[in-house]
Amino acid sequence: MQFGVFSVGDVTMDPTTGRTPSEGERIEAMTRIALKAEEVGLDVFATGEHHNPPFVPSAPTTHLAYIAARTQKLLLSTSTTLITTTDPVRIAEDYAFLQHLSQGRVDLMMGRGNTGPVYPWFGKDIRQGVPLAIENYHLLRRLWREEVVDWQGRFRTPLQGFTSTPRPLDGTPPFVWHGSIRSTEIAEQAAYYGDGFFHNNIFWNMEHTAQMVALYRRRFEHYRHGAADQAIVGLGGQVFMAPTEAEAKRAFRPYFDNAPVYGHGPSLEEFTRATPLTVGTPEMVIERTLGFADAVGDYQRQLFLIDHAGLPVETVLEQMEILGTEVVPVLRAEFERRRPAHVPSDPPTHGSLVAAGPDAPHHLVTPAQSASERAAARVGA
Amino acid sequence: MSRRIVVLTAGLSQPSSTRLLADQLADAVTTQVSARGESLEVDVIELRELASDLATTMTTGGMPTPAVRRALDLVSAADGLVAVTPVFAASYSGLFKMFVDVLDPDALTGMPVVIAATAGTARHQLVLDHALRPLFSYLRAVVLPTGVFAATEDFGGGQSVELSSRVARAAAELAAQVVAETGAVGGFVQDVAPARRRRSGTDLDTDVTDFETLLADLGQ
Repeated sequence: MQFGVFSVGDVTMDPTTGRTPSEGERIEAMTRIALKAEEVGLDVFATGEHHNPPFVPSAPTTHLAYIAARTQKLLLSTSTTLITTTDPVRIAEDYAFLQHLSQGRVDLMMGRGNTGPVYPWFGKDIRQGVPLAIENYHLLRRLWREEVVDWQGRFRTPLQGFTSTPRPLDGTPPFVWHGSIRSTEIAEQAAYYGDGFFHNNIFWNMEHTAQMVALYRRRFEHYRHGAADQAIVGLGGQVFMAPTEAEAKRAFRPYFDNAPVYGHGPSLEEFTRATPLTVGTPEMVIERTLGFADAVGDYQRQLFLIDHAGLPVETVLEQMEILGTEVVPVLRAEFERRRPAHVPSDPPTHGSLVAAGPDAPHHLVTPAQSASERAAARVGA
Repeated sequence: MSRRIVVLTAGLSQPSSTRLLADQLADAVTTQVSARGESLEVDVIELRELASDLATTMTTGGMPTPAVRRALDLVSAADGLVAVTPVFAASYSGLFKMFVDVLDPDALTGMPVVIAATAGTARHQLVLDHALRPLFSYLRAVVLPTGVFAATEDFGGGQSVELSSRVARAAAELAAQVVAETGAVGGFVQDVAPARRRRSGTDLDTDVTDFETLLADLGQ
């Protein structure tokens, strides 16, 4: 199972000091967090993508390439890549390039983005969010899997005899996740292609997250990629730890109370009850996180959000130290103990996808169609 | 078959004239439904009791608290609605609108609704038709023709008879809708467009469109 951290990349005032970091300081903090992830034995660092203040990460592949050059094993990912407003040709090229630079240590998570004005800034319409995600991603799959692409669609200028360069590393496109909090079409999309499904698991109650994952699993099986419990699931989560619960709450409360999104709303206690947020001891975090698998089934990737709401980078690095030394080793052992043998432990990686060979379903644009054709052929024979 | 209505009341004081009007409407609807040979259950939602839950729901990106969730499910499962608000600053109250704002866009689709309001003076009575009626029309509710407005003076003296008859008229209109058989005889009417389903939105709609259809719609 993979563990890691994901960052939104917000530039937020520290409410305890009144100080707001500069953009440069925030970028540097994100880099230090990524390097720390490798140092403390985490597997994944994922960066958000935004094109509006107060967020810095507008150029994810630039940043991830820099991190790749300074790490050996860390897997680089996104949370999320804006499949709606980014030209799929740019995504195909940028991330294939990043694959080459990082020796395959890259996967991506597609997301739509929910900031209205970003769409018109990139010539798009937010009301077309789902159709954009569908058309753009389908083109992206073709660009990575077909040498020469002739294409015509609704949202982008047609392509005639186009080859996306460089070709994916070892002719093997990166693994893709689809992230969505509430849109069932996106769970359906992930299931259709046999891709991973990620739920951010921060803003909604666990029962809701479980419904989204259950839908994805049911449709993954429907499209014949495997049994429902073999579908590739990732979850987010949000924690803050200290040796005692009281100390954790005391330290985190000013950040919670002023946080973007839910600050000045529910109390820390209410929000902790209603959502997966855990503020307390490492033991409490372990217990709560293990409970996620009771809700959504045994899953493959757990990412924690730990660097938002103006928390100073030193505090974040301390939190990562606790995660890496006290929490994740226990979670690894316990999650493996409960996982049935036929349920994959890890999501596909570049290594496993190359090992599966060029005839594996991953290399097909629409593996679900091919699976149903194979099934029909078996019935016919 | 027993019918069920929900009464939404947004009064703030206790007792409130808004609740008083709400109770009169509820009783009148019960009488009118009984007169049509059916029984009626009435659930009253005092929005004041949801005030901080509604604020929490608003500040967490729309995640309903358990109490808000129960109210949303109750409303969308009802056969009819009576909505009563005090008039604040020439419109429905903020608390009343907060509840309406957390409703799913299809929470009241096709729902028969009686609109009612209270105020200190009769000069506010057009709030019914200038604020409440368009609000519920937007939500695709069936807003009944008779709205009920009660100023303080309507609760006593010569005006009170008129209020009672207005309450009875609105209740009769709602009762007729609540006991009416819905839908056409199967096979005899071809819907021009498939009807929108009413839903509280508190649970995921897992009835997904097959992905190949979504792709085909885009010509891919």
